[in-house]
Amino acid sequence: MGNFTPVSGLIGGLLIGLAVALMMLLNGRIAGVSSIVGGLVTPKSGDTAWRVAFVVGLLLGAQAFILAVGGQTPVDVLASPLGILMGGLLVGFGTCMGSGCTSGHGLCGIARFSRRSIVATAVFFGVAMVTVFLARHVF
Amino acid sequence: MASGVLRTLGALGCGIVFGLGLAISGMMNPAKVIGFLDVAGDWDPTLALVMGGALLIAVPAYRVILKRRRPVLSGGFSLPAGEKLDAPLIWGSALFGVGWGLVGFCPGPAVAAIVTALPAVLGFVAAMIVGMALHAWFSGELTRRKGSSGDTVPSPR
Repeated sequence: MGNFTPVSGLIGGLLIGLAVALMMLLNGRIAGVSSIVGGLVTPKSGDTAWRVAFVVGLLLGAQAFILAVGGQTPVDVLASPLGILMGGLLVGFGTCMGSGCTSGHGLCGIARFSRRSIVATAVFFGVAMVTVFLARHVF
Repeated sequence: MASGVLRTLGALGCGIVFGLGLAISGMMNPAKVIGFLDVAGDWDPTLALVMGGALLIAVPAYRVILKRRRPVLSGGFSLPAGEKLDAPLIWGSALFGVGWGLVGFCPGPAVAAIVTALPAVLGFVAAMIVGMALHAWFSGELTRRKGSSGDTVPSPR
């Protein structure tokens, strides 16, 4: 467990929880990134400005952190170019088909004890763990 | 009109806090996410603390907020209806799990990591958007065919 960073993990998690709570309190919306971005891929009139604003906010928040720590943060993508494209396609298609991702199901859905979200979260965590096991230790 | 502007600003603020949290937590780094998913390797439990920390706030906050008649800036709550465990939920989540395991990016961290301008990140997000568009096209085709064959089964979404 040499890479464990409990303090920054917990602080970051608390902030994400705060963002999820504020989104419900202010806008009455689930802060699920795949549905927010997915709604921009199939845009409906009058329903795009807040989605764009949320995405811009994500970028601003991440950029603010990078500036605060001196201009760089580790983002190590270990997959091959083909793996990256396959992974991206599967994440995009799968989250739309399953109506949510780690934030929508894993945080917002579990926070309101949705049965669908609890099952979805168990499935994508389980499948991701098996995928990593096969990719790293079998093939 | 004015409340529309406020909702946009609200979403911007939530996005900023969300992006800041993602970056601080280290989850923008796919290697760290894989470190959690790789239970048979040098296991890194950080992701569990990120989810736990977020739920520590979100669970009690939702309990209080969802008792309100309406949100502060909007006429009502937009919550997913239905609790049915259907095939698209299971299969979609499974496909997402494969992609997540392959790269270590889920949608939030991938979008936030666009600021690094790394080709790998941009390629992943572009492929993700193509995947979303493919799903929209696919489910549209499916509904169209069901409609034209006189099938009355409603589309899953």
